[in-house]
Amino acid sequence: MSAVMITRKVRKWEKLPGKNTFCCDGRVMMARQKGVFYLTLFLIVGTCALFFAFECPYLAVHLSPAIPVFAALLFLFVMAMLLRTSFSDPGVLPRALPEEATFIEMEIEAANGNVPAGQRPPPRIRNVQINNQIVKLKYCYTCKIFRPPRASHCSICDNCVDRFDHHCPWVGNCVGKRNYRYFYLFTMSLSLLTIYIFTFDIVHVVMRSVDNGFLNTLKETPGTVLEVLVCFFTLWSVVGLTGFHTYLISLNQTTNEDIKGSWSGKNRVQNPYSHKNIIKNCCEVLCGPAYPSVLDRRGVMQEDSPVSATSAAPYSTSSSSSNPVPQTTKTTAPLIPNEHTPDDAKPSIAASAEKSPSPKEEHPPAPKVPPLASPETDAEASLTKDKTH
Amino acid sequence: MGTEMGQKRHSASLANKVFIQRDYSEGTTCKFQTKFPSELESRIERTLFEDTVKTLNNYYAEAEKIGGQSYLEGCLACATAYLIFLCVETRYEKVLKKIAKYIQEQNEKIYAPRGLLITDPIERGMRVIEISIYEDRGSSGSSSGSSSVSGSTAR
Repeated sequence: MSAVMITRKVRKWEKLPGKNTFCCDGRVMMARQKGVFYLTLFLIVGTCALFFAFECPYLAVHLSPAIPVFAALLFLFVMAMLLRTSFSDPGVLPRALPEEATFIEMEIEAANGNVPAGQRPPPRIRNVQINNQIVKLKYCYTCKIFRPPRASHCSICDNCVDRFDHHCPWVGNCVGKRNYRYFYLFTMSLSLLTIYIFTFDIVHVVMRSVDNGFLNTLKETPGTVLEVLVCFFTLWSVVGLTGFHTYLISLNQTTNEDIKGSWSGKNRVQNPYSHKNIIKNCCEVLCGPAYPSVLDRRGVMQEDSPVSATSAAPYSTSSSSSNPVPQTTKTTAPLIPNEHTPDDAKPSIAASAEKSPSPKEEHPPAPKVPPLASPETDAEASLTKDKTH
Repeated sequence: MGTEMGQKRHSASLANKVFIQRDYSEGTTCKFQTKFPSELESRIERTLFEDTVKTLNNYYAEAEKIGGQSYLEGCLACATAYLIFLCVETRYEKVLKKIAKYIQEQNEKIYAPRGLLITDPIERGMRVIEISIYEDRGSSGSSSGSSSVSGSTAR
């Protein structure tokens, strides 16, 4: 009797480096820390549930049945945008395979020439000219690529993200090229929903108080108090955030660039990506093409590694040539350890502290996301989720 | 797609890989440099290579064009809360399919007979066009080597 090996189909998302969690067999992609995202969901769903339970019956009868209908549509739109932002790939750039990494290293060495022993090699920077401005492309030691313009490395998710805006713990994901418009529509529709609920709460309380008196009204519909509180705090933060992002879009800037002051100041380069026209900038960001994900999450892993192991590759001089594992992570310590981490950690954490789309409760929305906390690996989490599905 | 090979073919071995980098002179739109790499000098004519890269650049420009059609697509999708993307393919995805077909065609007709293989940039994160250079091993001659190479890409 021969032993039959049943090999499970391994999908590529299971082997992706980086600190993301995947659900639904690779269809859903999020950051590891999801606690604040659940809070966002709870607040939105909870407040709307209270609105539909307490206010809507009265308003539908006394004012118009269109009020709950419109509220429901708005709520569904907000949820759709939130889930779309949270679950989609923000525009993660896959890490360089060993051959590409080696090719780039050789180019860098050729460009730098001979560095005397004991001296630090010059920082790895490539200058490109974009629309007659010189833009510096930095080298990412983790991903082993020169980051495209506007890309940045998120230290929380440990990925380079194209057109990186910020890492938002409230949606539990990075905001980048692919999901920025959904994020913006989420904040805008949430602002509208908050204003809507707040307004009709006040209308409802006033109308009911005329008949029954203020205190009796509050006794009959205790949910109103909670809703008004939540909406009041949400209004300030979410409406402010929407305004801020509207400003950024009109200038075709990202939060990351704004925080770093990349395009501000007289001595600095002017923004080469702006069309110098507000309408054009808005159209490009909001009505541009829907970019595809370049991470093939649901593709099936080949049996053997993608790097051809049969041939002796004469050009690869790195130590990994004998064991061509495609996505080795964290094998080499960066030569200049803090070259990219402080830059990227600060904006993501600062941004999450400043710009919180959900209501500010009594406690400040502290960014309680330790970047390196990894209680479980992606593979373990995905296998667990596989079983539950 | 028959873009990764070399493991099963015994008559050709991977000698080198060239990476055509992105050209950022016009911004962040996807465009590749048409500079002819020195490693390919003896393998393929410059014009053929430049044609391929220029055609690819045109395809990407078509996919990323911001105009009437992209506005329509964007507004329609927004009106349906982007649920329409669950059923319908986006314009970019349609163009990517055309690109994949074009690359396969180019590989079969032009690159494989010369012992070269182009990898679709989407498989490298749209960062580079990877061109693998194969050396014929053994005395079986280039004809059998190239036929086996082209046979695998036709998978």
